[in-house]
Amino acid sequence: MKRYIALFLACFMLVGLLAGCSSGSPSSSAAPSNPPSSSSNVIKIGIYEPASGMNGAGGKQETLGMRYAHSVKPTVTIGGKEYTVELVEVDNQSDNSKAVSAAQQLITSGVSVVLGSYGSGVSIAAGQIFADAKIPAIGASCTNPQVTEGNPYYFRICFLDPFQGTVMANFAYEKGLRKAAVLTEAGDDYSVGLGHYFSEAFKKLGGSVVEAQFQSGETDFSATMASLVSAGVDVLFAPSSIESAPLIIKQARNAGLTGPIMAGDTWENETIITNAGDAAYEVYLSAFFDPNDTSAAAKEFVEGYTEWLKADNTRLTNNGGSTGVAGVSALGYDAYMVAIAAIEAAQSTDGTAIRDALIGLQHSGVTGECASFDENGDAAKDMAYIKTIDLQNATFKFLQTQSIS
Amino acid sequence: MHDFSYYIQLLLAGITVGSLYALIAIGYTMVYGILRLINFAHGDIFMAAGFFMIYISGTTSIYVSLPIVLILTVVLGVAVERAAYRPLREAPRMSVMISAIGVSYLLQNFATYYTGGLARPYPVIPFLTREVTIGSMTVKALTIITPVLTVILVVALVLLIKRTKVGMAMRAVAKDQSTAQLMGIKINNVISITFVIGSFLAAVGSVLYFSNYEQVTPMAGAMPGLKAFVAAVFGGIGSVPGAVLGAYVIGICETFIKANNDYAIFSNAFTFALLILILVLKPNGLFGEKLAEKV
Amino acid sequence: MKQKRYLLYSLVLAALLLAALIAIDNSSLKSSMLSTILQKGAIYALVAVSLNLLNGFTGLFSLGQAGFMLLGAYTYAILTIPVEARSSVYQYFNGGLVQFSLPVVVGLIAAGLVAAFFAFLIGLPVLRLKSDYLAIATLGFAEIIRALIQWNTLGPITNGSNILRKFPTYSSLLFPFAVSAVCIGLVVLMIRSSYGRAFKSIREDEIAAEAMGINLAKHKMMAFCTSSFFAGVGGAMLAMFQQSVQAKYFTSAMTYEILLIVVIGGIGSVTGSIISSFLFVACSEWWLRFLDAQHYIGGVKVPLLRSGFRMVVFSIVIMVIVLFYRRGIMGTNEFSWGAIEKFIKAPFGRKAREEERKKVTTPHE
Repeated sequence: MKRYIALFLACFMLVGLLAGCSSGSPSSSAAPSNPPSSSSNVIKIGIYEPASGMNGAGGKQETLGMRYAHSVKPTVTIGGKEYTVELVEVDNQSDNSKAVSAAQQLITSGVSVVLGSYGSGVSIAAGQIFADAKIPAIGASCTNPQVTEGNPYYFRICFLDPFQGTVMANFAYEKGLRKAAVLTEAGDDYSVGLGHYFSEAFKKLGGSVVEAQFQSGETDFSATMASLVSAGVDVLFAPSSIESAPLIIKQARNAGLTGPIMAGDTWENETIITNAGDAAYEVYLSAFFDPNDTSAAAKEFVEGYTEWLKADNTRLTNNGGSTGVAGVSALGYDAYMVAIAAIEAAQSTDGTAIRDALIGLQHSGVTGECASFDENGDAAKDMAYIKTIDLQNATFKFLQTQSIS
Repeated sequence: MHDFSYYIQLLLAGITVGSLYALIAIGYTMVYGILRLINFAHGDIFMAAGFFMIYISGTTSIYVSLPIVLILTVVLGVAVERAAYRPLREAPRMSVMISAIGVSYLLQNFATYYTGGLARPYPVIPFLTREVTIGSMTVKALTIITPVLTVILVVALVLLIKRTKVGMAMRAVAKDQSTAQLMGIKINNVISITFVIGSFLAAVGSVLYFSNYEQVTPMAGAMPGLKAFVAAVFGGIGSVPGAVLGAYVIGICETFIKANNDYAIFSNAFTFALLILILVLKPNGLFGEKLAEKV
Repeated sequence: MKQKRYLLYSLVLAALLLAALIAIDNSSLKSSMLSTILQKGAIYALVAVSLNLLNGFTGLFSLGQAGFMLLGAYTYAILTIPVEARSSVYQYFNGGLVQFSLPVVVGLIAAGLVAAFFAFLIGLPVLRLKSDYLAIATLGFAEIIRALIQWNTLGPITNGSNILRKFPTYSSLLFPFAVSAVCIGLVVLMIRSSYGRAFKSIREDEIAAEAMGINLAKHKMMAFCTSSFFAGVGGAMLAMFQQSVQAKYFTSAMTYEILLIVVIGGIGSVTGSIISSFLFVACSEWWLRFLDAQHYIGGVKVPLLRSGFRMVVFSIVIMVIVLFYRRGIMGTNEFSWGAIEKFIKAPFGRKAREEERKKVTTPHE
């Protein structure tokens, strides 16, 4: 009996391998919203985002922005012919060890350009895979410098952590705060990087820093907070995932921290306000985008996107159950539009050609200048929006724009 | 450098964590005492109880959902025993343990699938989370309720094991299954009762634990589960007071380690270092009975 | 006569496999899912065989494999990152302490040696423990090693909890296969030697083995260190495959995966472990992927399919194997041409096969 099973499984494997050889593409991975199109002129854009794991919530919001952009501009003209854009989504599970096969899956399905990912770690881990396959990738909100550094195929349309960290350090110092606690998550490149650049800038300004780390999946911050409060810090800088944020805010307040709590772009998610409740006073964060921006492009995007969100319940759920426009959604929208602009400039579906087109590209999106990439492939962004939590309306309130230099 | 109230604050936090581990550890120690099985799925049953509460409290009031959660968790615990451990009663111990790992894997994956893999906020249970002031400190009611409840449950359990017929049957099965069977004890029933008690305590622990940390993730049970097992080994497998003591030692030490920022990364590792130390120095734990090697 | 024929068969099979691999390596399939699966499968096969050497052949139930893989992966990465890339990898530690880089092969061997050395240190206290205590103690050691590597104070060497990358990786699909084949070959030689027979006797009955003059401590330690050596090499190759490595992901979940591979293949069968590694990797990363996306059949949405469903189906399959096919694919059997020939001669004639078995087995007994 066992022998039959063994033989059967062996045959199964052989057949599977042969099937893999002949078809050369995975049976499916198309986005649910895009039934296979009948037209032969199709260009595929890969969406490399987390839908589960620590960064699942943010990844879903970023993907929403890309899907909306796709609904706005579902076609692209190459060489006088109209091509339908097909989105291929893959879940990288916020996990660096799953990143390789997720990226490989996109490449196998024949995408011309990749967008993503939320969370710098997975982007760093998969960067070389995209470069080897000569497929350009456009990062929407991955802020760690290592994502694009030394990788000729990775581009990025948002600002970087050294910039963001300095902005927040300046902001804290200008508020008269001199002793900062920096709490980061071990093994999270985004968190550790941003914390590092904040400390560096804050020390340079003349402040002092107490550093602490927690392990991923940690839920009990009470002891850490007690020790930080006991050390006499007057501000807590805690760049971390949406999942940890409410725990950090609440337990910091429980331990008796009354000063400001600050973080980076990830905290711009309304579930944090819901979950942290009354403890979320004096919370400041840097953001990519302000939905109340008065520029025509931003206004049009916010109105259109809100309508689009309301039209479908699943979209609302993926946005954390609210109609708020997250900064990462705006960046997702811009990333898609940059990709389309590059494809049109290249007049080709070939990865290398699109990459060459990206290098000299100019594109002004809803979050400001989204191209004019420097030698590393980073967009020329020199402004961050500082926001605070408005507890009464449970929203993020725009405070000021801040740049360095 | 630090004032006195800082240490009191840490101690209180440690006792809360310790009590929570204790409630899970009792389930481990009882199952291990009787089946000689590390029930890897126990931590995941604890996690499942957290999700039960989230989904049920969404449809009805907290006070109605509490008993429903307790019942559902017990049903899940017994079902796991029926489906995954009972068929392997005669199999080598390694197979049963692999089955336990398989169940744990299944529960985690199912929770990830069902919840979408994101953290879910735990409902607020007012009488646990309201704040109480003692002297100069304000703490959550649960910081006080948890240790008291733990002690009450442990005393009740010890009485159950020492004074009742069921308890006697449990002790008999733990000592020698086949002899117990010859004496007319229905082994399967006793094992089911053990799982009922263990899962019930896990559910109680889950309500307290998640009320404190306010959110549940599919992996939330894995680490507390392992630590509770270490607590059970530390105290001596099969000994309920030992498991509770072990849990408090681990909870308090862990809190003090976390408070030291240079070494905070070792908070989980410390638990395992303690385990290895105790296994090497005193293989039967602090209060464990000496087990004769069966040839 | 028969022996010669089987040798010929084996050579032909090996040549065919090699030809297939070279063909894949030199075609557009190289960057396809198939090639990814083959690479990862080959690496997992080595790690699974190394765990099987402990669990299946020596009867030591260890759950520390992820820890040893982590040691191997980090050793390899730390020793081989090119000097000029170090300042960007160790960006928070001024380029780190290690300012040299070793060739790939030396790095791989060092990876195994470091893992084996730590296994020796760990083995001294814990190998005296019995089955499930040993399991939980080794699981604990893996956690301790992970914390140690993530410790910021060791950052100049390990880069703290941050990602390590830019170390040399392989360019040809043949590399992981070659390394795995050599390593598995060494394990098989060991199992067939007198040491292997001693391991098996320990598995069957420790007390009897000791009575027969087998030095328990020495042999257990030998199995433990050998297993860790190959787990370390496997970890280093996994790092090469992923092109980056981070301590955070070497959790007990990884050990469980490898343990399940061993169980599916059959505890105590090297061939089983190899077959099930490829099956496991292919199923979890490729063939079952369709379960994660929504599908429409004739305009009707197929229920249940949604992100995460793949892993649910997968774990149910595993539970079924654990509960009902406890012997796994191969049991304790190994691949043999004899069995296949017999099967081809009488594919479904159970009677004929049984008769033949009687004929073959009786003289031995």
